[in-house]
Amino acid sequence: MLEFLIAPFEFGFMQRALIGSVLVGAICALVGTYVVLRGLAFVGDALSHAAFPGVVIAYLLKANIHLGAAIFTVLTALGIGLVSRRGRVSYDTAIGILFAGAFALGVLLMSRIRGYTVDLFSFLFGNVLGISRQDLFLAGILGTIVALTIFLFYKELLLLSFDPTIAEAMGYPVQALNYLLLSLIALTIVISIQAVGIILVVALLVTPSATAYLLTNRFSRMMLLGILFAALAAVSGLYLSYYLNVASGAAIVLVSTCLFFLVLAGRRLWPAGMRRA
Amino acid sequence: MRIAELKSMAKKPWRYCLEVRDLSAEYGERAAIEGISFAIQPGQMIAVIGPNGAGKSTLFKAILGLIPRQRGEILLHEKPALPQRALIGYLPQVEDINRDFPVLVQDVVMMGCYPRIGWCRRPGLTDHQSVRQALARVDMLSHAQTQIGQLSGGQLQRVLLARVLAQDAHLLLLDEPVSGVDAASQHAIFALLDELRQNGRTVVVATHDLNCVIDRFDQVLCINKRMIAYGPPNVLFREDILEQTFGHHLMIVQVGDRHLVVADEHGWPTRTRSVKSDT
Repeated sequence: MLEFLIAPFEFGFMQRALIGSVLVGAICALVGTYVVLRGLAFVGDALSHAAFPGVVIAYLLKANIHLGAAIFTVLTALGIGLVSRRGRVSYDTAIGILFAGAFALGVLLMSRIRGYTVDLFSFLFGNVLGISRQDLFLAGILGTIVALTIFLFYKELLLLSFDPTIAEAMGYPVQALNYLLLSLIALTIVISIQAVGIILVVALLVTPSATAYLLTNRFSRMMLLGILFAALAAVSGLYLSYYLNVASGAAIVLVSTCLFFLVLAGRRLWPAGMRRA
Repeated sequence: MRIAELKSMAKKPWRYCLEVRDLSAEYGERAAIEGISFAIQPGQMIAVIGPNGAGKSTLFKAILGLIPRQRGEILLHEKPALPQRALIGYLPQVEDINRDFPVLVQDVVMMGCYPRIGWCRRPGLTDHQSVRQALARVDMLSHAQTQIGQLSGGQLQRVLLARVLAQDAHLLLLDEPVSGVDAASQHAIFALLDELRQNGRTVVVATHDLNCVIDRFDQVLCINKRMIAYGPPNVLFREDILEQTFGHHLMIVQVGDRHLVVADEHGWPTRTRSVKSDT
């Protein structure tokens, strides 16, 4: 049994994958708490798709792919705010226009690349097993920035999420805080693309946090439980990926989804005291 | 401006706590207000009355800068109100609150302390004390650890009021604080407002329940999109002014030392038809 558990991590790439996926899961759960409570899942999905042209362009220019992704997600985040504030177009319509457009640009550019595009496919579907020491280092730095920002602005982001009207009435710069939150989501997506890929990032952003939301009445505990569920999904997903020889990103996401439904079902069976009202 | 500075400012003997001059604002197309002017002395309790959709909430939102104003001036302690917003406590209508949010009663009340605590800091001992005090004053201390979704409408209203108390605001804008609230909570809320007034706080209450207004408030502002009248209730409660405000005929009846507003047979919004004032 012990052998079974340890064996996969005798390989360096599996060790890196473990550290990487737990780190990514934890950051996603931190930010995901806000995404779930403010109903920003669609925004998260849009921002991750918007990273695609950035990735392709960076690939073509042989530049840093994370940088390319970061530029495009942040630009799209700002663009969504601008488009919806200017015209009569609603917020979710603005998101639909921008993310589909950006994604199409990515596909168009990719179709011009002759030859082998398997690297780019790994950005669509993720390949945590291919995570390099350098990627890990970068994810660590960006993750620390995200976590530190949330630690510093914990109060303000909580107030913004719970009662934006009161936040504004008290004189808080609500617009700036909204952009701060969007930027945190964008950064988190950049970190996560390597692990689960553009298409599945939204699952890491919402599923562990949503699972935690089923179990607690407190914001801070929702964050901690979310991190726990994300880490659990990351580790079990990696084992599945190793022993069944299946795609690692998809395995992590599916475990996470199963955890959600298990908890949802369990809530009906457990004593009432353990449930959220 | 720093909070401490604002506080010392508020203690000076200002002639007016809040002055609104010729205010026009628009909130969607439905609730626009036009040409509203009034001035409130410190320590007064003011009622803003008008039918639903008259722009009572719009007036509050314009004062707080939540919606842009098209014209006019808003002064708090004789200076522009916007930079001093932390001194204004605002109780929005309860329906705007997301009751499924994972926060406890004490967390919500703590939010009232946030401007005082300042950016990037954690709440300290005194903040936790003022949360407990505020909860005790609205008689909700025993619910401090309850998630807000488990409260009744009246209890949630009291918790939100406690948040305003914890903010230690000098001007309180309360939007329908007693609508949909049981009689006991209603009574407790008005007793608390009286206490606040005696402590020199200025309280502005938007309501459509006329019978709770007559004997309790110093001044009444009647609006219906535009300004109808502003003055003490015994002067203002004339049938012609009420008719202009509400758009249909209302009668004022004196019973002993109480006044009641009653509808004649031509219809009055059923909810408040024969409610007695309970003072």
